[in-house]
Parts: sequence; C-alpha cells; structure tokens
Amino acid sequence: MADTHAVATGHSTDHSPHLRHHFDDMDQQFDSATFGMWVFLLTEIMFFGGMFGAYTVYRNMYPEAFASTSAYMNPLYGALNTAVLIVSSLSMALAVRAAHLGQQKALQICLLITMFFGICFLVIKGFEYHEHWVDMKVPLFGGHWNYSEAPQFAHQAQILFCFYFFMTGFHAVHMLVGLGIMTTIFMMARKGTFSPTYYTPVEVSGLYWHFVDIVWIFLFPLLYLIGHTRHLV
Amino acid sequence: MHSVTPVRTYVLIWVVLTIMTFVTYGVAQIDLGPFNIVIALAIAAFKMTLVIWFFMHVRTDSPLTKLFVFAGFFWMAILFVFTLGDYVSRAWMPGGKFW
Amino acid sequence: MSTVLQDPQTTETPNYLNAEYGWKSWLLTTDHKRIALLYLISISVMFALGGVFAMLIRVELLTPEGDLVNSDTYNKLFTMHGVVMVFFFLVPSIPATLGNFLIPMMIGAKDLAFPRINLLSWYIYVAGALFAIAAIVMGGVDTGWTFYTPFSSTYSNTFVITAAVGVFISGFSSITTGLNFIVTIHKMRAPGMTWGRLPLFVWANYATSLIQVLGTPVVAITLALLALERGFHIGIFDPAIGGDPILFQHMFWFYSHPAVYIMILPGMGVISEVVPCFSRKGIFGYSFIAASSLGIAIVGFLVWGHHLFVTGMSMYAGLYFSLLSMLVAVPSAIKVFNWTATMYRGSISYATPMLYAFGFIGLFTIGGLTGLFLATLGVDVHLTDTYFVIAHFHYVMVGGMVVAYLGGLHFWWPKITGRMYPEGWGKFSALLVFVGFNVTFFPQFITGYLGQPRRYHAYAPEFQVLNVMSTAGASILALGYIIPLIYFIWSLRYGKPAGNNPWGATGLEWTTQSPPTTFNFDVTPIVTEEAYAYAKHEEAHVG
Repeated sequence: MADTHAVATGHSTDHSPHLRHHFDDMDQQFDSATFGMWVFLLTEIMFFGGMFGAYTVYRNMYPEAFASTSAYMNPLYGALNTAVLIVSSLSMALAVRAAHLGQQKALQICLLITMFFGICFLVIKGFEYHEHWVDMKVPLFGGHWNYSEAPQFAHQAQILFCFYFFMTGFHAVHMLVGLGIMTTIFMMARKGTFSPTYYTPVEVSGLYWHFVDIVWIFLFPLLYLIGHTRHLV
Repeated sequence: MHSVTPVRTYVLIWVVLTIMTFVTYGVAQIDLGPFNIVIALAIAAFKMTLVIWFFMHVRTDSPLTKLFVFAGFFWMAILFVFTLGDYVSRAWMPGGKFW
Repeated sequence: MSTVLQDPQTTETPNYLNAEYGWKSWLLTTDHKRIALLYLISISVMFALGGVFAMLIRVELLTPEGDLVNSDTYNKLFTMHGVVMVFFFLVPSIPATLGNFLIPMMIGAKDLAFPRINLLSWYIYVAGALFAIAAIVMGGVDTGWTFYTPFSSTYSNTFVITAAVGVFISGFSSITTGLNFIVTIHKMRAPGMTWGRLPLFVWANYATSLIQVLGTPVVAITLALLALERGFHIGIFDPAIGGDPILFQHMFWFYSHPAVYIMILPGMGVISEVVPCFSRKGIFGYSFIAASSLGIAIVGFLVWGHHLFVTGMSMYAGLYFSLLSMLVAVPSAIKVFNWTATMYRGSISYATPMLYAFGFIGLFTIGGLTGLFLATLGVDVHLTDTYFVIAHFHYVMVGGMVVAYLGGLHFWWPKITGRMYPEGWGKFSALLVFVGFNVTFFPQFITGYLGQPRRYHAYAPEFQVLNVMSTAGASILALGYIIPLIYFIWSLRYGKPAGNNPWGATGLEWTTQSPPTTFNFDVTPIVTEEAYAYAKHEEAHVG
C-alpha cells in the first residue's frame, strides 16, 4: 500500500499526562476504556448467566423441593440488602457525575458512601450466612446439613442451597473486588488524580459496581421469593 | 465527552428502584400461583433496565455499546432457550399430549 | 531466543527486537510484538508436551494388546494430550501469536488498546499452564479433556481439580486477549481503514474474539462448579442426589463447541491472506468471507447439542441441534468456494505458505464434510465415540488449524524476524506434514467406521494394519514439525535478510520495516484502497 501519508498524531494537540502513548487523544482513550469495560461485563453476564441457567434447570426439575427451602430464607434480609445496594449504586452514579464535573470533595464523599453501603451489604450477608450455619443448612465443608423438617426433599434442597451459596458467594467475591477497586479510586481521588478531562477510572469502575448491583437485583427474587407464600398462608 | 445527567434524574431513578424493591417484596406475600415468579422477574428486569439505561449511561452511549449490551443478553438467552428446550421436551413422546 | 536475536548483525536498524535488552525488557514488555513472541515460545513448549503424549498414545496403539502402558496410564495420556493441546495450544495458537503481532499493524495502530492487559493475559496463560503441568507431574488426570461428571466429580482418583483450575485460569487469558482485540479493532483503526477494508485475518480474529468473550465465561463457571463439587463433596451434577450430569455436558459444550471455531476461524483468516498473495489476485467475495466469519461465530453457538445425541437428551433437542449443525456448513463452504475462486486464473506460485494453504483447504474440507456425518442423528449413533470422531476432529484441528498456523508462521516469519526461512526445507516439511497427517488420520476414519472405539489402550486385532499405518504417519508428522522448529531457529542468525515485503503482499503490515519498530509506524498511515488490491499493483508493475 503505497499511499501512506503523514498525518499529525494526537500527541501534538493533547498534552494530558494521562494519555497513553498508543492513543491519539483522550477521547479515544476514554471510549476504548469504557467500551472495554462493557466487553468485560459481557463476559460477566455469561459467567453469572451460566449459573442462572443451571439454577433454572434444577428449579424446573424440583419446584417443590426448591419452594420448601424458602422457610430458611429471610426475604427481609434480601429486600434490605437490595435497598442497600441500590443506595450504593446511586452514590456511585453521583460519584461519576462529580468526577466528570471536577467536584473533588463531592467525589470523595460519594465514594465513601458507596463503600460504606457496600460493606453494609457484606455484613448483612454475613449475618445471613451465620443463620444458615446455625440452621444446619450449609451443605459445604463436609456437609453441615440437616433437612429433617422435610426429609423427602433433603437431597434436592441441597442442590438449591449449593446454588444459593455459590451464587451469593460469587456475588460477594465481586463485591469484595469492587470494594478493593473503590479503595484504589478513593486514594487516587484524594491525590487529585481526576479532572473533567480524565476521570476514566471512576467511570469504568462505576460500570462494574452497577453490574454487581444488577446481579443482586436478580438473585433477590430468585433465591428469596421462591414459593414464599405457601408458608405464610 | 458525556452529557451530564442532573442529580434530580439520578435521585428519581433511585426512588423508583427502591419502590420497586418494596413492590417485589409485597407481591411475593400474595399467592398468584405461577405468576409470582413472572412478576418478580419482570420487576427485576425493569429495575435492571433502569440501572443500565441511566446509572450506566447507556442512554447517552454509542449504538455500539447498546449493541454489545443487547448481545450479552441475547447470548444468555441462547444458553437458556436451547438448554431448557432439552429439559422441557424430554418427557414429550410421539403420540403424547404435546404431539 | 532473545539472546540469538541480540546478534549484532540483526541490530543494524532500530527495531522492536533491539529496542531494549535483558530479560526484564521481555518479561515486563507491553509491546504487542514482544508479547506475541512470549506466547509463541510458551505455546510451542505446550505443543511439544502435547505432542509427546500423542506419540506415546500412537506407540501404545502399535499392537492390539495393551502392552506399553496399562489402561489407567493410557487414560491419563489421552486426557493430558487433549487438555494441553486444546486449552493451551489450539485456543491461544493463532490469536495470541500471529493475531497479537499483526492485528495492530494490519489496522495501522501503535499497539493493542490495553497493552498492560495484554501482558497480563500472557502471565495468566503461564499460570494456567503451570497448574496443568503440576497436575501432570503429580500424577495426571484421567477424565478425558471434557471432564464429564459424575466420573470427574466423584469417582476419578486423579488431579481433576488442579487441571480444572489450570483450564479455568487460562480461560481468562483467552478472554482478555479477545477483549483486547475487540476494543482494538473497534477503536484503534487508522484513518481510512473502514470495516470494508479490514484484512480478512482481522475479521476472522474479531469473530474469534466474540466467541472467546461470550463463551469462555460459561466453561469457567462450569469448571468452577465441578471443582467445588469435587472439593466440597456436594452434588450439583451428581445423579445420586438428583443432579443431572447432562447439564454439565450442556454447559461444557456451550463453550467447547464454539471453542472449535475459536481454533479454526483464525486459521481461515491466515488462509484468506495467503491465497490472494500467492495467486496475485484480489480475494474473491471479500464481503462474503468477512460475513461468513461472523456467521460461523453466531451459528456456532446454536449447535453444541450434537455432542449429546446419545446421552439421553430429549430427541426434540436432538432434532434442532442436528438441523442447526448442518447450517454451519454454509458459511464454511462459502469460504472454501471463495478461496478456490480466488485461485482460479491467478498466477499461482508455490511458496511454502501457499503449500500449507493448499493443504488447509483440502484437509479442512474433508474435516468439515465428515462433521456433517456426525451431525446427522442416525449416523452419529453409529459413529459416536469411535475413531471416526477422532479423525474428523483432527482433520479440522490439525489438518486445518495447525497447518494454517504453520503456513501463517512461514508467511509472516520475514516480518517477525526480518529473516527468511530456507525455502527448500520449508517446502519439504510442508510436504511431510501433509503426507504424515493423512497417513496418520485417514486410516482412523476407516477403523472408526468399522467400530474401533476411542479411548481404549487395546483393540481388536483386525484393526492392527490401519493402526500401524497411523503410528507410522504420526512419526512422519512429528518430523514435519521438528524440521521447521530447527530451521526457524537457524534462520534467526543465518537466514537471508528479508526486506520489508518479500512476498510483494498488500496490507499495512508489509509497509513497515522488517522487523518493525516498537511503535510499528513512524507516522499514522492513511488507507485509501481496498484490501488485497493485487490487480492494481500488478498493473503498476507491468506498466
């Protein structure tokens, strides 16, 4: 291809210290980073999607056994945690907004609120796990498991509890990773790294945080609200 | 780069999301038979759409991002439909009630 | 390799190889070209490892009795051959080496969008490979590369978790590579490099990346569930407590069937570059080849159930999976027809890469057509778990992918190293690979059709002649792999300097110097013509 002409690269027009050498300008870098995060979230959708798919298969196979587990799920915890995560998502969205507008103080406060509610979520989750342990509903670790209340479902309910712990467990791992990211972002924000021309890391980690929130939005009805009514009526 | 969404919009979305959480919880207390799960998942999908559309700025993002978000759910649907297709149709026999 | 490359003869002009020295400059590099070489070395090691297992399998099968190894060892041999070759060689092979090296250059970019993530992907790969090697060293795995439950989760006494963790980890290397390519191809193209002008190698790798990003997470979670089930002694796929082993197969093949397109699509990309260059003609049906790559990527996700025909899956699911499997033949055939149409009335020269391309087209066609046998419900019941499946799979994976990989390596070797390989030896070993491959695997179609089951270390005596042929062919094939290894290393020091464009090929990568500089292009190129404008260039020569 003989037609390679010189073209001024972005370097001469854009002097941001955050511009990596292989990008033409900050716009291209921002677009690439956010798009990259979306592609990553695509893999996350499929990762959780695999688990949701397997869960759906078993729930179709053993509807009664799955419904019987709701006696040991407290939907109040689930609803409370949903509300907690939604607040953290709101403050995350506001953090991104503050970063975009260059409001350093607001950014830091919003990040702290996000992290606070993230930790609240994990603490509540911890209490729940503890209750399951007390109830002997943890089929992991050598089988801390007793389902004598409905022995005909003892085997199949075990599958549900396995999924419960894997799904909420993988979600909690994602929360921990998210908290780690938020800590990093907060430290960067304190050093004044971000500006209206460079807030890519805040935006990108915001996307991640919201995604983890969305996973929970589905886990809540799927795990906590199975045939709940049958035990109330 | 991106247009700035007013705080008012974010708070409004948050209010709707919180109300929807209570609605899910409330509806689950009423026995609607198979519709319990349908309503619960519909509300979850609605909440997810709000988060993606507003909090994750897909509203103002490029068509490319929208396409990729759609692709994610489309591929998840492939996994669900084709796998469940097996399980749902296993009991069907030629001459049975579904044939 | 790096020490050889530091030879003063090769360092006359500044390039990516002599930009920095020392092991740190390699292990901490973010240059996509150096990372491609790191991948090249590591996947070659894994290929050699997988090849050793393959040779042991073939030697055992020389005689009908199980005399060289016992059945347990044999189970481990074919398992580790499969795990190493599939997850640690075939999946990363072309994307991580040639793709990594060429995609930024082909689209006129200085690097991939996320250079540090690119380096990270190599470290993830190495970590995964170390787990796999650890599983092998500790005593191996005997579940087959498919890790079917409940054998893998409950009954096997081998290092299933270690191997599964290795595959799980290496999956993330595949995901990050795919993610990097997708973003790069979308966001980093040079001015004028429209989607209609992208080289078909880039299109093929784009389709591959989509599969990597969308499929790999599912196998990751599947293997995670398997490892957790085995580790915690709980039953997710255990029929004893109501679990369904077929669900494992569904989830496993949701990735692993599209994964065979991860393995073949980049090979098709290589062929789409080589064929026009050595036919001195523009590619025939550019947009059809590009679209068929995406078609394979999408339809490839709808067919995984053909691995489950005899498992107890619903017959209705069998019906739709069978029908959809037939559909994959359409985009594959489009490619084959377009390559042959490109060659039609071209001025064909028989350089080594073109010989490999010829081999690819023939062998892939056989591999693809025998796939239709297996996609046919009734025929598959007869052929499942026989050597027919082995032969089909190897015609696509070895006859297709490995041949394309070797062809691509020869084609771009002058660009990668700045040196030519010895053409005579190249042609000779291309011939060896072709002959050796066919002698190895064609007999397996016959033994499989006659009923020799796969995965047994002993077999009925009437199959011995064909099995001896197979083993003899495998030895020829091994020679065909060793010779290029030797002359590639030899050429690093003694090869003729290649010049920037030894093949007279089109494409941005050939406009740069060989080997390229660290940032590929001194000035961002502007693209003003379609890909494969060979006709235009030939006219210019004549005129």
